[in-house]
Amino acid sequence: MPECLAVIGSSGSGKTTLLRCLNFLETPDEGTVCLNGQLLYDAAKQKEYSENAIRSMRMNFGLVFQNFNLFRQYTALQNVTLAPLLAAKASKASGEELDAIRKKGIALLKRVGLENKLESYPHQLSGGQQQRVAIARALALEPAILCFDEPTSALDPELTGEVLKVIRSLRAQDTTMIIVTHEIRFARDIADYVIFMDDGAIIEEGSPEQVIDAPSNPRTVRFLERYAEM
Amino acid sequence: MVETVISALYGGFLVSLKIFVLTLLGALPLGLVIAFGSMSRLKPVAFLTRGFVWIVRGSPLMLQLLVIFYGPGLLFGWNIWGGSDSGRLIAALTAFILNYACYFSEIYRGGIEGVPQGQREAGQVLGMTRSQIFFRVTLLQLIKRILPPISNEVITLVKDTSLARVILVYELMWEGQRFIKSEGIIWPLFFTGVFYLVFTGLLTILFRRLEKRLDYFTV
Repeated sequence: MPECLAVIGSSGSGKTTLLRCLNFLETPDEGTVCLNGQLLYDAAKQKEYSENAIRSMRMNFGLVFQNFNLFRQYTALQNVTLAPLLAAKASKASGEELDAIRKKGIALLKRVGLENKLESYPHQLSGGQQQRVAIARALALEPAILCFDEPTSALDPELTGEVLKVIRSLRAQDTTMIIVTHEIRFARDIADYVIFMDDGAIIEEGSPEQVIDAPSNPRTVRFLERYAEM
Repeated sequence: MVETVISALYGGFLVSLKIFVLTLLGALPLGLVIAFGSMSRLKPVAFLTRGFVWIVRGSPLMLQLLVIFYGPGLLFGWNIWGGSDSGRLIAALTAFILNYACYFSEIYRGGIEGVPQGQREAGQVLGMTRSQIFFRVTLLQLIKRILPPISNEVITLVKDTSLARVILVYELMWEGQRFIKSEGIIWPLFFTGVFYLVFTGLLTILFRRLEKRLDYFTV
């Protein structure tokens, strides 16, 4: 069972759509979503799932967006704690439980190196810092699988390092994750398993050594050659 | 004389103020309903709502006042407004609320469509419900976006209340104009301008404060 899956492929190959299907931001027309061997979602029964059912399925997955999408009117800490606090309040949690959520939020921001930015608003943070808040926010709900959608594509080159470092540290702490990325070297380093997508389909998969170092499909070869030229 | 004029104008101003406040109370929420109607996924609902907005925004408010006040009686023989002052006021309010709700609806629609889809999606992947996303994420960003155009409309409304005199609602300008006939003096009519200017001045300050209060984040 791979702990870290990297998804590579050229733009428009369906990588992001794959992640959006997992998070039910798109409704798959065909196929199933399974988690830990259990069937979670079956597109054949698409119409039978209520909004609440979709919402609870979603909670198995976290998603870090390419453009961070932090809530703009909230501080870093509020961004991290908003959803857990709302969920806790809906289930009539005690004051202590709510305090615990806030403490956990602070701990998460510490974990991504932003303990000094708890009260900063998104527009006061750099792109790299915003993305680290977004990672803390996704972690706050303890998803079974954390998905990253090109987490460094919207960042200046000098800021990608700090985000990649955080993702590496999560990997070291055994967070199960799926990363869609254009950083081939990073994917090779961090992933246990790599899939290469083209035109909406997985056309090659295997260990990073197989797929990235010794690809067999000509389309993978062409993609990686183009990447090496850059 | 001056005292008589001022107290008459003050009485007229209170009527204008009443039209202003009640119109906002009715049109601000109704505008949201119309905005959702015009964005509805049900094609006929969206089509009818947009048609209604087109008619209301595309014709003069003065014409709407006259049609709403005289229309029912002339066309169908319905005397729904009665002959009293309050009946005419209600007719005027009906016209103002419908008219302003349509303008507000377009402002709301622009504001709602302007909040990036990513904000809603971020709420969705965090397991928030639709209403949590609207009230906790979208709404404040929406308010910040629409405040400047709304303040424009609100200030226009202050001056538009003067149109109510075409159906004999004795608002501020009607009171001012009255002195031309009764006393042969025109300055009371010009003096109504002071009321409008002071009132719109206060509103300008109020809106600027509101905008300042939302300065702590960017959209």
